[in-house]
Amino acid sequence: MSTTSLGTDTTPVVGGRAAAPTPTPLAGQPGVPFSRTYRAELRKMVDTRSGRWMVIVMAAAAALILAGFVIWGPAEDASFRGLLGLATLPLAMLLPIIGVMAATAEWSQRTGLVTFVLEPRRGRVVLAKALGALSLAVVVLAAAVAASALANVTGGTGEWDMTAAIAGGTVLALLVYVLQGVAFGLLFLNTPVAIVSVLVLPTVWSIATTAITSLQDVGRWLNLDTVTGPLFEGEMAGQDWARLATSAAVWVLLPLAIGTWRVLHREVK
Amino acid sequence: MITIENLTKRYGGFTAVDDISFEVRPGSVVGFLGPNGAGKSTAMRMMTGLTPPTSGRATLLGQTYREVHNPGRQVGVMLDASAQHPGRTGREVLRVAAVSIGVSKARVDEVLGLVGLTEEEAGRRVRNYSLGMRQRLGIAAALLGEPQVLILDEPANGLDPQGIHWMRGLLRRFADGGGTVLLSSHLLHEVQIVADDLVMIGRGRIVAMGSKEELLSRGGTTVRSTDDVRLASLLERADVPVTKIGSGLVVDAEPGVVGRIAADERVVLLELRSGGSEGLEEMFLGLTAATSREGDAA
Repeated sequence: MSTTSLGTDTTPVVGGRAAAPTPTPLAGQPGVPFSRTYRAELRKMVDTRSGRWMVIVMAAAAALILAGFVIWGPAEDASFRGLLGLATLPLAMLLPIIGVMAATAEWSQRTGLVTFVLEPRRGRVVLAKALGALSLAVVVLAAAVAASALANVTGGTGEWDMTAAIAGGTVLALLVYVLQGVAFGLLFLNTPVAIVSVLVLPTVWSIATTAITSLQDVGRWLNLDTVTGPLFEGEMAGQDWARLATSAAVWVLLPLAIGTWRVLHREVK
Repeated sequence: MITIENLTKRYGGFTAVDDISFEVRPGSVVGFLGPNGAGKSTAMRMMTGLTPPTSGRATLLGQTYREVHNPGRQVGVMLDASAQHPGRTGREVLRVAAVSIGVSKARVDEVLGLVGLTEEEAGRRVRNYSLGMRQRLGIAAALLGEPQVLILDEPANGLDPQGIHWMRGLLRRFADGGGTVLLSSHLLHEVQIVADDLVMIGRGRIVAMGSKEELLSRGGTTVRSTDDVRLASLLERADVPVTKIGSGLVVDAEPGVVGRIAADERVVLLELRSGGSEGLEEMFLGLTAATSREGDAA
């Protein structure tokens, strides 16, 4: 408080009574505890109309695909593993968009004027968003597992052909995609641009690395879709982990780092 | 308590806020008045840690914003009532803030009542809110953590005259309880109703500050009577400097002095008010004109 009383010598005072007691700030660490920031950010992902619809569309798409496959698909492929593979297709596409929206809303809807006033340490808000998106992905994935199991029992082969490697690989791959969504959201801080980029850029790159011979070697290391292939199959071996790490570093960690830097330094208007 | 010391913000060659200093003491409702683009919002964003100052600093309760423990419990902030996710309901906006601040759901209902948003309105999505309702929601969010300091950017914008008077009552009670309020406005008339003290800013610099009465009485007293010529000579005889203006006189004295002379000499007064040709209003209009001539700054 010494600096303030020094300040009053030179700083002109406006309003109030001189005799009024000087208020004291609440004691404690700056900002708010992380658990509350996390809960608030998680809640914000599903409490808007668009957020809720994303979850509903994902669930409906997965349910429709499962039902369709059980009814019309080749009966011998309708095992637990086959069904779960199908159910995760819409998730792999739509979960990153939830990540994007979580990251961009503060800027496109300007809610950052409230969020960053309640927690000025923006890095923690970014972390809460990333963890929130990952948590939500795990919940949605658990629902997909339950739906696939149900489909398997009711209309599938009833075969439980799932290995720990496939299960773990599927979870890891989906989490990488979700984090990529968050990273692209933070990088562009603009919802449409980030969504289009996260859907189109990897595809364009994928086509380029397949079509252009000179890019094929690079593609084996830097194509997220290719390197997550063995992960979904549960067949990660030798170089596969190094390839996954390289791709994830370029497609997820790099945009995440640049995007976080942008959020920390950008003026909130 | 809000302390601003030599706060400056430059964007390239443009100086949005130019070396402003003032302290708002507890118990006061201070209006931060200036035309659009004068630097009010930039200054308020610097106070709340959203914009890094080029130089100088702002402290709240003796701490910079980033040092404040649980800011929502100590400083209520509303920087733009329109900056809300349109897909959230009013109540949900407050619930999310309540999670972050760490206050109960009951407090959410309490502040909704405090700002006069009904149950039905709170359940509506912000998309369907009028500007006045968004202002009320923003003020509810600012009050949520029972703070000691309020920083509100254009809170009366979009409120009807009744709403502006309601806000005056709300902020007055807050200040009477020992709170500190700084609110901005680009409308003199509006801020005159809501605030007791004023800090006037134009093109990034503070041009005047003080109590409303003090600023309004600056430049003497304007008086108009049925016989201005006689009144002018009576005032001159009493050694009070008088200037003749378009309709009436500007007198360099308190309204009481002029009124007493008029009463003693039985001159019928048609108008008697604080503020002459150099009053707050003229000063404000001068600022507005100067700024608008320069085009839209910031």
